[in-house]
Amino acid sequence: MDDLLREFLTESAEHLDTVDAELVKFEQDPNNQVILRNIFRLVHTIKGTCGFLGLPRLETLAHAAENLMGRFRDGFPVSSASVTLILATLDRLKAILADLEAGGTEPAGSDADLIEALDAMSQMPAEAAAPAPAAAPLVVQALERELKPGEVSLEDLERAFMEAEGPDDLPPLPPLPAIPEAPASVAAATPAPVAPAPVVEKAPESKPVEMTAEAAEAAQKNRTIRVNVETLEHLMTMVSELVLTRNQLLEIARRHEDTSYKVPLQRLSHVTAELQDGVMKTRMQPIGNAWQKLPRVVRDLSSELSKGIELVMVGAETELDRQVLELIKDPLTHMVRNSADHGIESTVERIRAGKPAGGTIRLSAYHEGGTISIEIADDGRGLDLAAIRRKAVDRGIATQADLERMSDSDVAKFIFHAGFSTAAVVTSVSGRGVGMDVVKTNIESIGGMIDIATQRGQGTTFTIKIPLTLAIISALIVESVGQRYAVPQIAVRELVRIEAEGTNRVERINGAPVMRLRERLLPITSLASLMDGDMASASSDAPVSGFVVVAQVGRQRFGILVDEVFHTEEIVVKPMSSKLRHIPLFAGNTILGDGAVVLIVDPNGIARKVGQGVASGDAADQTDEAGEAALDKATLLVFKGGGSFKAVPLSLVTRIEEIDAGKIEWLAGRPLIQYRGKLMPLVPADPAIEIRSQGSQALVVFSDGDRAMGLVVDEIVDIVEDHLDVEIVADRSDLIGSAVLRGRATDIVDVSHFLPLAYDDWARGPRTPKAKNPTLLLVDDSAFFRNLLTPVLKAAGYEVATAASAEDALRLLKSDATISVVVADLEMPGRTGFDLVAAMRKGGGRLGDLPVIALSGQIGPESITKARALSISDLVAKFDRSGLVAALGELNTTPLDQAA
Amino acid sequence: MQAANTNASETAVSGEHDYVTVFVGDAMFGLAIERVHDVFMPSGVTTVPLAPREIVGLINLRGRVVTALCLRRRLGLPDREPGAACMAIGLEQGSETFALVTDGVGEVLKLGAETCEPVPINLDARWRDLASAVHRLDGRLLVILDITALLAFGEAIAA
Repeated sequence: MDDLLREFLTESAEHLDTVDAELVKFEQDPNNQVILRNIFRLVHTIKGTCGFLGLPRLETLAHAAENLMGRFRDGFPVSSASVTLILATLDRLKAILADLEAGGTEPAGSDADLIEALDAMSQMPAEAAAPAPAAAPLVVQALERELKPGEVSLEDLERAFMEAEGPDDLPPLPPLPAIPEAPASVAAATPAPVAPAPVVEKAPESKPVEMTAEAAEAAQKNRTIRVNVETLEHLMTMVSELVLTRNQLLEIARRHEDTSYKVPLQRLSHVTAELQDGVMKTRMQPIGNAWQKLPRVVRDLSSELSKGIELVMVGAETELDRQVLELIKDPLTHMVRNSADHGIESTVERIRAGKPAGGTIRLSAYHEGGTISIEIADDGRGLDLAAIRRKAVDRGIATQADLERMSDSDVAKFIFHAGFSTAAVVTSVSGRGVGMDVVKTNIESIGGMIDIATQRGQGTTFTIKIPLTLAIISALIVESVGQRYAVPQIAVRELVRIEAEGTNRVERINGAPVMRLRERLLPITSLASLMDGDMASASSDAPVSGFVVVAQVGRQRFGILVDEVFHTEEIVVKPMSSKLRHIPLFAGNTILGDGAVVLIVDPNGIARKVGQGVASGDAADQTDEAGEAALDKATLLVFKGGGSFKAVPLSLVTRIEEIDAGKIEWLAGRPLIQYRGKLMPLVPADPAIEIRSQGSQALVVFSDGDRAMGLVVDEIVDIVEDHLDVEIVADRSDLIGSAVLRGRATDIVDVSHFLPLAYDDWARGPRTPKAKNPTLLLVDDSAFFRNLLTPVLKAAGYEVATAASAEDALRLLKSDATISVVVADLEMPGRTGFDLVAAMRKGGGRLGDLPVIALSGQIGPESITKARALSISDLVAKFDRSGLVAALGELNTTPLDQAA
Repeated sequence: MQAANTNASETAVSGEHDYVTVFVGDAMFGLAIERVHDVFMPSGVTTVPLAPREIVGLINLRGRVVTALCLRRRLGLPDREPGAACMAIGLEQGSETFALVTDGVGEVLKLGAETCEPVPINLDARWRDLASAVHRLDGRLLVILDITALLAFGEAIAA
């Protein structure tokens, strides 16, 4: 019985899904008798089997639903309400089945509510006479031919069936295949209490008759069998092995000139290929299987949101790998739901826009090369790209400059950014709710890609491209440090050969390799250094030859430096050993034609690693932060040092000096120079810079109060005003990152690193002892500015606490009573500086009077008024270091004293 | 740990057992023959960067990719001289195949309970975790290795 029950559960679940889909179809096309018969038969089967298995609750419920459907069959008009009711019943059936599966017994409970409603509906008088024009003749005819004179209406038959309770009385039935038919045969026996024997006898007769219309389908069914998935998987593995062995044989044959091998080998090769094809086919399933639930989803949403939505499905027969199918099922459902929910406008809106009242979602699938393309297109309102752009900037995901360069489809892809869609503004303006990031992640995890085309007012089309199968992929074989690796072809955009000189050469920013590719800086990571587990090392020796595999993962583009590129090969992906699965760099391994085991590089893993080469801690946010810094135009002093271009914000520089190198003095191993009557320590801007002993030496002088420090550089190059677009964040503390300035890759120097090198106590505290050592809270979302300003503020005699957001700031302010002044950036994503101050002022008490200096990129009359209203002590431009120090100085004399 | 215990009791209770002997340096170890699928010369090892230290790499063993694991490293012994001879034992665990790389493989010994001793408590902790019993042989001792414990290392500990 256990086996029976299991089989029943699998089958019923399938049937119910089919009924779901069919019902929705039926609602739209109530005259289609074929669909109706289909539904009827399926529910009937469920009911019958339940009776047989002794599941009374399921049976009565299914029976009530069947009764109503029987009325439909008799011409009872199909209403939306009745379909909804039946759908609700199906849901209940599914719930009971789920419990049954979990517990092994039917759960207790009553379905009286549904049964009553169903009965009430079936009892409703229908204006049409019982025999429906199309269905009745068929049935009647069938019964006449087979049975006694008194032909019976189907409903009577059903009632009879119902009365014929106790299918348990039946003699032992033949095993599984017969079960679905068994109840049908009982139904044929009109008089209720019948001896079992004749019933069974009649079964074979009644079956073909009742199924005349579906004869073809039935025949189809008999040609398919159920096979355990594991069996198929095993078969697949075996074939994969065979393919590998074949490849090895071919490799050997290539080396030996013995022609007698050739012919049988060719034959083997051919057969293997066909076998592989065949086995792959067994793993293939029509994508329609993943779509089965969608009509129901759309219908429910449609009535829930009271807008008309039609779901059109094209290419449901397109086949793809079972494994892939499972993985895309949920993302697809989510996307269709999204289209229905947010993409399609309300009926009123549509009519106003001059569109048909009902929206359409078109789901289509087709093969294209080795991939399958799935399109989800709606004719709704389209994405509000302007709102997305705004939001992207607000949230600091991209800079204005970035956005200008981006195509609309790239901008639209921001909706896949984690957390992006949850933001209230975008959801209400442009829609596309939560979870699109998950969709994208899921699709990318199986090597797929997703693209968006959208037109305001016209609709949105999502195109998903996924590989047909995950088992065999096309891969590029490369070599690094004498070892070969396979790089999945789907991630590879192009190959570039490295030259020692010329355009295709690798440049270095503080050791981090980059390359210019069509006027864009491409970060490069060498496979060798990745495999070393140490991103920073292995970088000193510049590669003069080799290839860069330009890869793209999501929106991240990067180059993988390899020594050699061989060829593309179809490889069978074998999973990594459980002992090695934790290494993010590998997606699996494979055996090449020559028998060597080769590791398959995971582009996703590398992409993450490339991003992590970054300092420490909040690595994931680094690029974002760098992007935010770029919002401001900065004036930078560019100089040469240590073989690369470096830059420092000009606002921090006191002066630029060219000194006589002979005047440099060494004191306790430290270089010093007499400068304006004082001794000034010198610090090289890069370890590679040698302080000259003769000729002239260029210095960048930073000073504060009566202290000064000279940064030794090779040569002052230029002063550049540019968007500070920090593209790569270096992992050395003396650099903030690197940027393209005037087309050159340039390191941005972190001055805060050098100040303590010159004066041990510079960074630590004030040099002029003060009565109190006030603590200052610096609030800025950008790590760039926090790093930049902290040393300046410390030098001005403050203990500095930092916060990256208004929330952090408030928390710190509440917990740390020593904070006596706040310096806050006004432009922050989420809660702005103004919001922060407003919150402080509102809270009253200590925070209510705390002096605040606001930093702002643009100071307009509006912000000044607002600042005044919030009693912000001063408003200082973001790069105005001396202005900030002066403002703090003023605070010290006036409001701070009062507060203290 | 639990696996180690069951293994120990298994060997202690039932009579005679066959063990494949392997050598690492001066020491001789025994592996339950039921778990040994293959004995082969490892060749064409593909090293896996960033792998746990114990793993030497991946080997193609007749079309299967097996994970090669160095018994010396597993036991905390120094690596063998480069170029020195080695032999591998194919072991199966779950659905995976592992190759245990040793210095050499000796004969198969049939040993009974009479020579069997529990693992001395003063053994190095690492060895104690990996050994399930010690047999007193003529002139030398044979440490029986618990294969399940041997393969339980790194990220995923096989159940």
